Amino acid sequence: MTQTPENPTEPTLKRTPLHAAHLRAGARMVPFGGWDMPVQYAGLKAEHDAVRSSAGMFDVSHMGEFRVGGPGALAFLQGVTTNDVSKLRPGRAHYNWLPGESGGLIDDIYIYMVAEGEYLLVVNAGNIDKDWAHLQRHAAGHNVTLTDESDQWALLAVQGPKTLELLQPFSDTDLAARKKNAYFAARLLGFNVMLARTGYTGEDGFEVFIDASQAETLWDKLLEAGVTPAGLGARDTLRLEAGFPLYGHEFSETIHPLSSSYGWVVKDKEHLGRTHITAAPPQRLIGLRLERVPVREGYPVYADGVQVGTVTSGSSSPTLGHPIAMALVDAAHAESESFEVEVRGKRHPATRMALPFYRGA
Amino acid sequence: MNTPTELKYAASHEWLSEDGTVGISDFAQDQLGDVVYVELPEVGREVTAGDTIAVVESVKTASDIYAPASGTVTAVNEDLSGSPELVNSSPYENGWLFKLDVTEERGDLMDAATYTETAES
Repeated sequence: MTQTPENPTEPTLKRTPLHAAHLRAGARMVPFGGWDMPVQYAGLKAEHDAVRSSAGMFDVSHMGEFRVGGPGALAFLQGVTTNDVSKLRPGRAHYNWLPGESGGLIDDIYIYMVAEGEYLLVVNAGNIDKDWAHLQRHAAGHNVTLTDESDQWALLAVQGPKTLELLQPFSDTDLAARKKNAYFAARLLGFNVMLARTGYTGEDGFEVFIDASQAETLWDKLLEAGVTPAGLGARDTLRLEAGFPLYGHEFSETIHPLSSSYGWVVKDKEHLGRTHITAAPPQRLIGLRLERVPVREGYPVYADGVQVGTVTSGSSSPTLGHPIAMALVDAAHAESESFEVEVRGKRHPATRMALPFYRGA
Repeated sequence: MNTPTELKYAASHEWLSEDGTVGISDFAQDQLGDVVYVELPEVGREVTAGDTIAVVESVKTASDIYAPASGTVTAVNEDLSGSPELVNSSPYENGWLFKLDVTEERGDLMDAATYTETAES
């Protein structure tokens, strides 16, 4: 038996401030985007189920944080992103895209408005260097300051239907009163943190920004409070069930951004790569359901006997109990109901399923 | 880790019994995590030791299974099609994969003690 390596061994892996805590919790560590990260603790399915039924926490400290400030911050962000940053108010956050000059996505990001003229951008771990160089290049001529705070912050995502119930006794803020995409300072388990009611699992929850030096103690207190540690394995099955695209799979510099159903992120304004993004996408992102055999990224997708696309993410769905996948298919076949996916030389029937596969309460 | 002494083991984590039954070790099933699908060979297939003969899929990944011996496939574990999790819960008994009419074993199969040392190192 050999396992398909998820990532090649890398000699100098970066560690998050929670590295020692992961090892203490019995995590199996794997290289991920240059970081030594926990893929699972007790088991992927148990962690997945904990997030769907109670509350789990993920170390997402490997993600990058850039602070953008100054009188030109809004104009700068408007030009380098597709969503309308002028709609944000202090204490609000939104999902956004960083398009390249030719319309492909440099990254998909979250923007938190800290105060007038001050924003925090959260970017994908594997794209930190690329995003930083891109933003630096386009900041020229704008009256903005850009600060890379990635090493300063630890970021924990606490997700699941019981998150509020578990965290509320340990905070002086009425957490339930804070709406989705709220971003606010709070006390939590004795620490000063920034909380954002955002997440990537399809469940309610908070992302907790905390000074890197305090992260390990907070983690231990969250464990004591009954939050289950969950690894990258569960994070991926949860986000796939929730139909969230993942950079490098459903988004890239070469995939047309409008292939996904996230076209709403592109607003009517002047921004980088605009001409290319508004053109019709040659492919569409669809959901597929299979009966038994799991399908993985890269597997060919057929309709009427002809290859019409490729699987971009696939797994067995722990919540639904059958395999699910996202695939990019030729736009002409995006409305077809029946497909086949080739697995090790044999084609298996697949049915189109609306995204998301799973919707939280 | 449970490693029965009456079996022989391949470095790639398959076990082979005296009667030609093949499965994956307790160590291997633990590494894989929750098994959700098993693709088994056709009965009657002739295999050469080292051939890819089956695939065990966990939630996260697909893993090839290599024949620990040359021979002919005489039976496959039909229970795995409805209950692939037997590979996790009972790797040496109910979660066996297939049976071979063995003509020649791989020369590098290990006893339980040697395999345990290798797997845990």
